[in-house]
Amino acid sequence: MRDYIIRRLLTLIPILIGVSIAIFIVMQLIPGDVVSGILGIEETPELRAMWEAKLGLDKPLIQQYFSWIGKALTGDFGESFRTGAPVFPEIMNRFKISAELALLACVIAWIIALPLGILSSLKRNSIIDRIVRVVALLGVSVPNFASATLLILFLSKTFNYYTPVKYVGLFENFGTNMEIMLLPAFILGSVMAGSVMRMTRSSMLEVLRQDYIKAVRAKGAPERVTIFRHAFKNSSIPIVTLIGMQIGGLMGGTVVIEQIFSIPGLGQFTLTGITQRDFPVVQGCVLFIAFLYVVINLLVDILYTYIDPRISYS
Amino acid sequence: MENLLEIRNLKITTLRGKNTVRLLDKVDLSVKKKCSFGVVGESGCGKSITANAILGLLPYPLRVSEGSIRYDSKDGEKELLALSKKEMRAVRGQEISMIFQEPMTSLDPIFTVEMQMFEALSFHHPHMGKGEMRERALEMLRRVNIPRPEQTLSSYAHQLSGGQLQRIMIAIALINDPRLLLADEPTTALDVTIQAQILKLMNDLKEQNDTSIIMITHDLGVIAETCEEVAVFYAGQIVEQASVVELFQHTAHPYTLGLLRAVTSLGGESRKLYTIPGIVPPGGQWSQGCRFADRCEQCREQCRRAMPALREIAPGHLCRCFLHGEEVEA
Repeated sequence: MRDYIIRRLLTLIPILIGVSIAIFIVMQLIPGDVVSGILGIEETPELRAMWEAKLGLDKPLIQQYFSWIGKALTGDFGESFRTGAPVFPEIMNRFKISAELALLACVIAWIIALPLGILSSLKRNSIIDRIVRVVALLGVSVPNFASATLLILFLSKTFNYYTPVKYVGLFENFGTNMEIMLLPAFILGSVMAGSVMRMTRSSMLEVLRQDYIKAVRAKGAPERVTIFRHAFKNSSIPIVTLIGMQIGGLMGGTVVIEQIFSIPGLGQFTLTGITQRDFPVVQGCVLFIAFLYVVINLLVDILYTYIDPRISYS
Repeated sequence: MENLLEIRNLKITTLRGKNTVRLLDKVDLSVKKKCSFGVVGESGCGKSITANAILGLLPYPLRVSEGSIRYDSKDGEKELLALSKKEMRAVRGQEISMIFQEPMTSLDPIFTVEMQMFEALSFHHPHMGKGEMRERALEMLRRVNIPRPEQTLSSYAHQLSGGQLQRIMIAIALINDPRLLLADEPTTALDVTIQAQILKLMNDLKEQNDTSIIMITHDLGVIAETCEEVAVFYAGQIVEQASVVELFQHTAHPYTLGLLRAVTSLGGESRKLYTIPGIVPPGGQWSQGCRFADRCEQCREQCRRAMPALREIAPGHLCRCFLHGEEVEA
């Protein structure tokens, strides 16, 4: 197992190098650059040359890339072209916010999706099952920017709610933080819940048909043991896979939702970086997100071995 | 009660779209104490669903629409169809156990054998200690001739062979000393050599424990080896019922005759393997007359018009065929 984890972590190296090259090329291809953003209408050839020299943009592309990656290997992700602030600490600050949002969304999604998915599979083709399936389909198919704006509109009209302007950290003021985070978490969670519910239902239906479920019942098992200990645990592998992929996506920040609810998360940071052509910010964010994905997938794969003894990596 | 189990007028239906379709039709069965009762027939004749109905394990949308299943339990006579869910759970695994066709998929793949054996005990003896459960589990594994029982306890299903798994399933089924074991094609998925071992094991255990067995199979050879009484099912009905000796010596129903001719045997002259032409008509497509008529070599016009009654043609020998009497099913 330890060897397996080490091997998997080693694959991070080519993945991250590949991602960094791709981002570097894409950033070159999109029109506009950071200097014209900084200078605006006051741009003159002299000022431009001065800034390019200052940011190192006057050097050949290859050299730019290698000087960046060389520093990145030592853990220095450089400074933002725009603010001059070091990128890495800012990513960590933003990540904490995105991670909180992601975890809240997951908890909300699980609270909704797992019980309803299980119930739906047990009461197959009943009214409950039909309602759950329609709700799940809505959750999956309504885009979150639509449901988010509609929800804000509805809440502001009826309860005089407004989206907070200034973000307040979890440890500064728990109550205010929850006020800010719960709504976007609910929106994200409801989308997640839709697909988790569908996966739970279909996976449970598959397992409930198995012989060993009947055998467990034939031993005289109470329904709750049959359903949770045997059926749910056996159907959890595809659910865990799905949830792992979703967490990976959410942890990296959610551009649209963070934008709508003005939450200063990783998604918002990345977006600002892109619009300002702030290369070190974009490169840092994207690499960090890629890293998260790989690590979360690894955690999911390790989790499999705890669920199913047939899976082993040694 | 004189018998251990008495099934009377059992009817099972399912839903096909919005239509109710009959799968089992007025089945009467009596299983004596300490007796092996065989149920034989092709796939889709209603053997398995009868066994599942006894334990209330019919999968949706199948259900018992009529009938009675009376069982002489350790604490008095019970009508199984009238039990609450909780009372039925107390019967399952303790009074009546079941083993299945596919040992490979009958154990939960993600739990150890030990956990699944302990589970069978703890459902009915919630206060039994770990040590006592372990002792009991080991004893059962030894009784079903599992080599290295300690090691087997900590194994998972995928680490064991089909024969071993079926032994373990039998051990689990008998761990609470049930009075009746429902064996639903217990040897069908196994190698021939293993089949013989499993049948012998079941016979031995039956002798030791005074357990009655209902042996469901499509193989008359299995019946001959293990059973005392046998009922032949065809298209949701019993078509012939007798003691095993009587059935083999004085086979009466053309369907039973067909089954007997289809048995492969070693020795004897080599001939083409006999098969009964056609297939069992599925529920909902049964004719008014004898349900075997379309496949019967001795079919007469009368057979298509009316259904023969199941009547006693010799002491203890029931047959549903106009060849042995003109009585029509009411």
